[in-house]
Parts: sequence; structure tokens; C-alpha cells
Amino acid sequence: MADLKLLRLDPLDNVLVTIQTLEAGDRVSIDGREITIPARLTLGHKLAARDIRNGEKILKYHMPIGSATRDIAVGEHVHLHNMKSDYIDTVAQLARHSLGQSP
Amino acid sequence: MIITEQAYLRSDGRKGIRNHLLVAYLVECAHHVAREIVYPYREAGVELIGFGGCYPNAYAAKMMRQLCTHPNVGGVLLLSLGCESFKRTELSDAIAASGRPVETLVIQQSGGTRKTIEQGRVLVQQLLRQMADVPRAPLEMREFIVGTICGGSDATSGITANPGVGRAFDRLVREGGSGIFEETNELIGCEAVMAERAVTPELGTILGSALAKAAAYHTVLGHGSFASGNAEGGLTTQEEKSMGAYAKSGGSRISGLLKPGDVPPVGGLYLLDVVPDGEVRFGFPNINDNAEIAELIACGAHVILFTTGRGSVVGSAVSPVIKVCANPETYRRLSEDMDVDAGKILEGRGTLDSVGDEIFDLSLAVARGEKSKSEALMHQEFVLTYKTFEPIGPSCLPRV
Repeated sequence: MADLKLLRLDPLDNVLVTIQTLEAGDRVSIDGREITIPARLTLGHKLAARDIRNGEKILKYHMPIGSATRDIAVGEHVHLHNMKSDYIDTVAQLARHSLGQSP
Repeated sequence: MIITEQAYLRSDGRKGIRNHLLVAYLVECAHHVAREIVYPYREAGVELIGFGGCYPNAYAAKMMRQLCTHPNVGGVLLLSLGCESFKRTELSDAIAASGRPVETLVIQQSGGTRKTIEQGRVLVQQLLRQMADVPRAPLEMREFIVGTICGGSDATSGITANPGVGRAFDRLVREGGSGIFEETNELIGCEAVMAERAVTPELGTILGSALAKAAAYHTVLGHGSFASGNAEGGLTTQEEKSMGAYAKSGGSRISGLLKPGDVPPVGGLYLLDVVPDGEVRFGFPNINDNAEIAELIACGAHVILFTTGRGSVVGSAVSPVIKVCANPETYRRLSEDMDVDAGKILEGRGTLDSVGDEIFDLSLAVARGEKSKSEALMHQEFVLTYKTFEPIGPSCLPRV
């Protein structure tokens, strides 16, 4: 069970969303584990809900929003430094094609 | 499940939750006269809509026809200048064929502004009397249609109000009603998950094409989607940002794809494709939130669920708009305009499930006659511009 500073959008998600600003040194509880926040995080950021392996899908709203680019420990901030988009931008290619530009 | 015994039964079998008289101008030149006719009767449920353009447009004609024969509408007064290209007789015939009383005033033939306003107000009183004895009938859940849209979003939208509406949509669809979501340009990156939710593989392909069209259209218009401010707000990827908007659709299977003015044939979850077909022309697909609200209503939506973080105050003609406020600070500042305080989730005063139930229950209460905040404040914003659409194909809708 996460505490009131974190929101689990879906029971199967492997990330939790911060719903308050967390300051460096603040402590949060994730499934009974105490985690100390290393740096300030504003509302809307993600923390790992459990240990996540390199290459594993990041699930938010029970939907994949990208993949881990390294192993992520429970409670760690999940963002640009440890995950990436899996979205293949075929659409931008299509748009360039329809504009007569080379893809 | 019967939502209310007191719905307004129309001759096509559809049922309304309101019995509005619309005054509809057919070109901007008739707008002022139409507005003056409406003004004293606003509290009697008389509402103003119209199309400002003078050039003909099949989309605008369909929108006007669908709005003038919407189940929440009991009668119509058309206002023409006289020389605009809008086919007023065609529209009037369609309204009359739907069993509704309809009158037309042509300003050039009625003696100008003052005399047309006088005649219009007499006709309004006459039409209101004719509409008063519409038969009542029970509105069942399977006949109930709800649309959703977001506007004035902030970092809270994707974690409170949007998934809250998603929970309400899940309940709506589970109980047999119809939910319509749109904003394909904000769903880029959701192609794969959306295709998996389609009831047929053919529909999955169609949903993907709709998103590709939206992305291509906005690329031509020079509109990026993912900005650095998004990353500062905690969003990491394009698909994550889009999922925040997509969350309004909940988790049900997607039954079909609609274009503006198409009505869901059976209960289920539908994507409304609001981006025009063909080459880019006429500018932005939707110039503001009300253009999208009008399209959801033209698809038969009885009620609109509008999520907002920064705080939009708009309502709409024809169907009530319910405001679901994502941000608790905005709610405190604008509580007179906000119906649901979804931001309470951030303060431990509620959960996504409890907020979803609150949204669902309020939709039913509004269907039973309770006024939404924007409705009580007499917000009746309405916008209709130019677009071009190809008709939807046979794989877009579920078989009835």
C-alpha cells in the first residue's frame, strides 16, 4: 500500500505518481518499505512501485508508456534517465511523405 | 436500467433529457436578430445556435440538421438573412420530417431587424406552446449517450479527472450506455493499445488510421505534441502524455468509430474522429473546445463530461456540460463553475473509484433534470466552422 503522497493509477502499474511536491529527505512508504527521496520532485512524477528490470515495460494506467533502459529499484524516480519511449513515429514519416519530403 | 421515466419521446424513437427550443441563424448576418429573439426566453429553455459561413459546406449542413433534430430539442426557429447559400428549406423539411414544429424567418422578407425580432418572439411563444405536450417515456441506459472532452489541462488532469471519467465510462458501458471520446490529435502514441481494444481487427486498423491522419494534419499545421514543459511536469514519453488524455476512455472494448453527426447504433464505447479527411484546408480541425463539444452533441450525446485542470467555464447549447475539475486549488477558486472535485484524490479525500462513481451518478442526476453548474449559469457557447469528411465505412460500426 502506497501512502497519501503517491497514487497508484491501476493495481497492475509498476510506477506510482507523486501527488504532492516531495522535498529531498522526505520519506514515503511503498508496500511497507520506507524510501527516502534524494531530490525534489513536483506533482506528476513517477516512482518505481517495485524493482523493474532493464527492458521491462513501464506500466501506467495499466498501459505501456515506454521501457526501462536499466534496472530500476523500488522507490527510484522513473524518468528520462532510466526509461525511453517505445513509440515508433511512423506518423511523422507519413506526414513528411504527404508533404512530398523524403522520409 | 431506467434512468428517468420523464424523458421526451421524439417521433424517431430517440429520447431527450431536455426540451429546448432552438433559434438557429443560417449565416452570421442573421446572428444578431436571432440573439435578440432568444434573449427574453433564455430561462424558458430557448437556445441559440448557428452557422456563420456564407459559403455552402456539407459538414456544416449535416451538423445543423443533427443538432436541430437532437433528442434534447423540441422545436426550431430558423433565421435567414435571405441571400446566404445555406439550404434553409432542406433543413426546415428535415426538422418537420422529424415531427418537430419548425418556423423560418427571412430578414430580407420580414421588414428588417426590428420587425423580424418582433415576429420571431411571437413565433417563439407559439412554438413553446406546441412543444409543451411532447409525450414522455422512460429513458433506458442503452439509449443514454455521454461524450467527454478535456480543456485547460494541467499536470493534474491525467491523474485525477481523466481517469475518473474513465471509471465513469467503464460503468456506463458496462450498464449498456454509450460513451464517446475524441481528441485524436492528443492520442498519438496510443495506436497499438487502442487497436488492441477494438472489437474487430478491421476496426483496429481504422482507429490507427484515424490517429495517423490526426498526426499528419497537425504536422502540416506546425503543431508539435511533446514539449519540454511536459518533462518538467513528470511526463517522460509521448505515449505517456497521450495516455493521460486517453484515460478518459476507460478500459472497455472500443465498439466503433464515428465522424461528427454519426449516432452510435447500440451501446458501447466509440471514438469520434474530428479531423477532416483529404488535404489540409480550412485551418485547425477544431478552433476551440466548443467546436468539439458541438460535434459530440451532434452524435447524440445527452450530456458532456468536461475535464479541466486550469478551469474552463464553458457550457453548451443543446446538451448540459458537467465540469470535472482535476486540480483541487482550481476547484476552490472556481467552485461555482465546477460540478465535481476530482482533485480531492490528491488530498486523500477520495479515490479514482469514488470519483468515478460521483461522475457517473451526477450524469444520471443531470439526465433526470438536475442542472449542471454551467447550465444553471446559462452558458450556451456554440461554434461551428468549415470541414470536409468522407462518410464512415461499414467496418466502423458494430452490427446491430
